[in-house]
Amino acid sequence: MTLLDQVPSEAQLRRSAYRRRQTVYSVLVAASSTAALGTLLVIAVTGAPGWNRVRRSFLDPEIARDALPTVLSGLWLNVRLLACCAVGALLLGLVIAVLRTLRGPVFFPVRALAAGYTYTFRGLPLIIVLYLLTLGVPGLRLQGMPPVLVLGGIALVLTYGGYLAEVFRAGIESVHSSQLAAARSLGLTYRQTMRHVVLPQAVRRVAPPLLNDVVALQKDVGLVSLAGPIDAVRAAQIATAQTFNYTPYVVAGVLFVLLAIPLIAVTDWVTLRAARRQSGG
Amino acid sequence: MALLRCRGLRKEFGGHAVLDHLDLTVAEHQVVAVIGASGSGKSTLLRCVNLLDDLDDGTIELDGEDISDPRVDPDRVRRRIGMVFQAYNLFPHLSVLDNITLAPRRVHGRGRAEAEAQARELLDRVGLGAKADAYPDRLSGGQQQRVAIVRALANSPRLMLLDEVTSALDPELVGEVLAMIRDLKADGMTMVLATHEMGFAREVADQVCFLDAGRVVESGPPGQVLGEPTQPRTRQFLRRIIEAGRL
Repeated sequence: MTLLDQVPSEAQLRRSAYRRRQTVYSVLVAASSTAALGTLLVIAVTGAPGWNRVRRSFLDPEIARDALPTVLSGLWLNVRLLACCAVGALLLGLVIAVLRTLRGPVFFPVRALAAGYTYTFRGLPLIIVLYLLTLGVPGLRLQGMPPVLVLGGIALVLTYGGYLAEVFRAGIESVHSSQLAAARSLGLTYRQTMRHVVLPQAVRRVAPPLLNDVVALQKDVGLVSLAGPIDAVRAAQIATAQTFNYTPYVVAGVLFVLLAIPLIAVTDWVTLRAARRQSGG
Repeated sequence: MALLRCRGLRKEFGGHAVLDHLDLTVAEHQVVAVIGASGSGKSTLLRCVNLLDDLDDGTIELDGEDISDPRVDPDRVRRRIGMVFQAYNLFPHLSVLDNITLAPRRVHGRGRAEAEAQARELLDRVGLGAKADAYPDRLSGGQQQRVAIVRALANSPRLMLLDEVTSALDPELVGEVLAMIRDLKADGMTMVLATHEMGFAREVADQVCFLDAGRVVESGPPGQVLGEPTQPRTRQFLRRIIEAGRL
């Protein structure tokens, strides 16, 4: 950075002029290559032999307008379910990760259970967990059985909790042992060290991958429709069955992407901030 | 009366003895400098005294209590000992003030206002009052190490263990940390410092211990151990230090 009252030298002026020319040139190249690729794609798709038929059955504006209200009200279910499941899965993951770090023989069964949990639910396909919980558990005919929607949410929390637990554990293990030594040397107990020194640093460090898993959860929330509740995907399916037209699915897809954009933007922002904090010493 | 008494300490890492029947006694208000080459066991000795590493043999008494007894609660022992590390080990997610008040508040149960008032007073005394709300990564190495010393002092320890506290510092920042240790000595703090600063050891220590291969080879007043060493190993070590221009 040059100070305001400083007169740049002849050489610096030449360098600045050259850099400005290079910038203009780069922008022109980027714009023309984007335009070329876009034109090519449009020609390839609209010039395809079946384009008119595909456009009628997938991109019908009238059907899209008719389907939008029901798909939107279905999406509201997705949003509510996502909020509950994300909180539940993050809490479960954190608890499991902390349980896995406990030392001492007393905690052996706890450690073993927590490890068994992460192995099982990271291996088990979500669809199978969903079917087991939403179809199998009600079959037990127990008193006070929660509705299918809650059971589906539990399936999501159980599956994602396994992934999030491993992310939290990686964060806990990334905190250097010298930090533990410093905390213990001050007389803090193991629990206080975890609570005040290790976990705050660990969570900050793994916030980007945690949020990334929440973005993935956002999509999988739609799978509860397999068990019956009418979410955005299910609403689109019903509309499709009524009109024999696939446009409602495209509507649902666009809404899902719109829903994901703010979440992804937050993830990118958190990642960028974490990277800045790492480099800015 | 001896504040700290180590008898026959032994510590092995992978079949190699890092501490080998080491004896060390530190009287109250005394400053003991532990010198020796890298790997001679200085850091391990301090870590064992603070119960951060388990002993393989020997006993450690603090204030007459056997703290190497496995039935002793190590957290209770560590409250009475302050430790400062070579790499500062400040908590990067906490401000200077929160670094210092963490133990007084969580371990000693003091209120936030009381703990912060004490922390600010300690910071003012070492000229860091303006840095109370800064985060460690905004401080120079010398400032970080002085905060680390204040953090240990906030526990009002009976004994301070200083593990090569100036080794990671740029040469022009060493002085401010040494000045702080000088003040601690003037206040009567009992200290064990592992150090490579021979000039400082000579000035501030009441007793210098030369460690080699986990044993105390020679021990006594600084003038004797550093000036007229009797053991060939001590002479050899000091000759190398002089050749390196550090004495």
